[in-house]
Amino acid sequence: MSTTARKLAGVIGAVIVLGVLIGLYISSWAVSAPNPVTATPVAGATVPTTSLTLQTDAAVGPQESPNHPDWVSYLVKTGGRWVRSTIFTVPANSLVHVTVYQFDGDSGLRNPFLSAVQGTVGGTEMVDGKAVNHINPEEASHTFVVPQLGVFAPLPGVPEEAKNQCEVGPCDPATMAHRTIEFTFRTGKKGRYRWQCFVPCAAGTYFNFGGPMQTLGYMDGFIDVV
Amino acid sequence: MSSEAPAAGPPEPDHARRFGVIWLVSTLIALPLVIFVLGPNLPPGHGSDVASGQVTDNTVLTAMATPVLLLVVIYLIYAIVNFRQPKGGMLEGPAVRGNAGLQTTWIIVTGALVLSLAVYGTVRLEQGYGAGSGSGPKPLTVPSGKKLPVQVIAQQWAFTYRYPTYGGVETTHLELPVNEDIELHVTSLDVIHSFWAYQLGVKADANPGVDNVTFVKPTKIQTFEVHCAELCGLWHGAMYDHGKVVSDADFETWIHEEQRTFAATTKVLPPYATTYAPEPVRRGS
Repeated sequence: MSTTARKLAGVIGAVIVLGVLIGLYISSWAVSAPNPVTATPVAGATVPTTSLTLQTDAAVGPQESPNHPDWVSYLVKTGGRWVRSTIFTVPANSLVHVTVYQFDGDSGLRNPFLSAVQGTVGGTEMVDGKAVNHINPEEASHTFVVPQLGVFAPLPGVPEEAKNQCEVGPCDPATMAHRTIEFTFRTGKKGRYRWQCFVPCAAGTYFNFGGPMQTLGYMDGFIDVV
Repeated sequence: MSSEAPAAGPPEPDHARRFGVIWLVSTLIALPLVIFVLGPNLPPGHGSDVASGQVTDNTVLTAMATPVLLLVVIYLIYAIVNFRQPKGGMLEGPAVRGNAGLQTTWIIVTGALVLSLAVYGTVRLEQGYGAGSGSGPKPLTVPSGKKLPVQVIAQQWAFTYRYPTYGGVETTHLELPVNEDIELHVTSLDVIHSFWAYQLGVKADANPGVDNVTFVKPTKIQTFEVHCAELCGLWHGAMYDHGKVVSDADFETWIHEEQRTFAATTKVLPPYATTYAPEPVRRGS
């Protein structure tokens, strides 16, 4: 083989290896998703029931998101600790009881209509122990919405004047200012259902709807009904 | 140099005439099939007046394209069969230096075809009051008579619907009464979306700050798909729902139930307007 041919083969080989590596990187990025978290079964319930305990943080913090510590995010409690995942596995034809510790301040809804509670058991949610069927849209901090299941749960924010506000997640419900929102919804048949936040809460991004709003694992996820 | 003349082969057939006959016969067979067999089954079906109009238009376009398609395909096949390289030899083809008559005919025929389609499309667009596409805030042609206004509000990543003649109630699902003229006002609260109600033949851009008006008259009781047809972010592909066309009575029952359900929320909605300018950067500012 001549020197030119060897050089040519080397260049072609390098281009192929580089192309494969770039392809692997892009594909692994494109399909990357947080690990699913299975909802906790509730003992003693008359119908199959599981529970999910979530928190929303204005800044998720370096522990759960080293690359984007300042992004707004949901966290879920599993095994006694808070982890960043937005993929939840729940049983089919069951009730899911959701508790959200809301540590973030309000942003306001772009569409006030989404301040109505919909699709939950009883058509209401509990906000700090009080049943409501809608919240003040100006006070919305986030929403937990599963459009295909018709579940709309708006989450009011922590007032600006509240003391001991959480700066960086994971936040501690025992010591830090928060709102507690609880609701229950029915799952129905098996399938993967996406959920999302509708509040433009991604500070500093285009229309406040970039970054964590457009990345799986922060303000969007899946409900895997199995 | 040889003085011997090349051996004369069998006389060439009249390719032009032969090809013309094959094309004409094929076209005469294909056209009725396209118009009467394929045409009625073309999308988007007959779910509304504009959808039926689109089926007609698609049939006309396909019928007009059929002779052209056959011309090209049959010529290709004819050339492969008749003008292929003979085995065992390399034959130089005759020099082709242009054919003014053929070129002129081609330009005139295809030009006339394209221009006639442009005129046909424009006429049909206006005859059909926009033919299911958005005509902007001031459509040139508007169907006469009573119309039910329905606002389509797009946002990342869902459509919601507002009924101004029912107290401005907003809903998560679209329901329409059958055989009534509907005046859709399509807008967006954030980025560019596109409201596509497939079986109704409606596809209108949803632009922030723009009231994009389109008209449709659903002609049968049915369920139809609603998609976003403009790439709009992470859940664009999931911006999908089903709408319903129901009887007048069922529509009245449903809309009054929605009014009751969302009575509290309707009070906090901004007054009905053709567009909205929600504060988008409260946190980011």
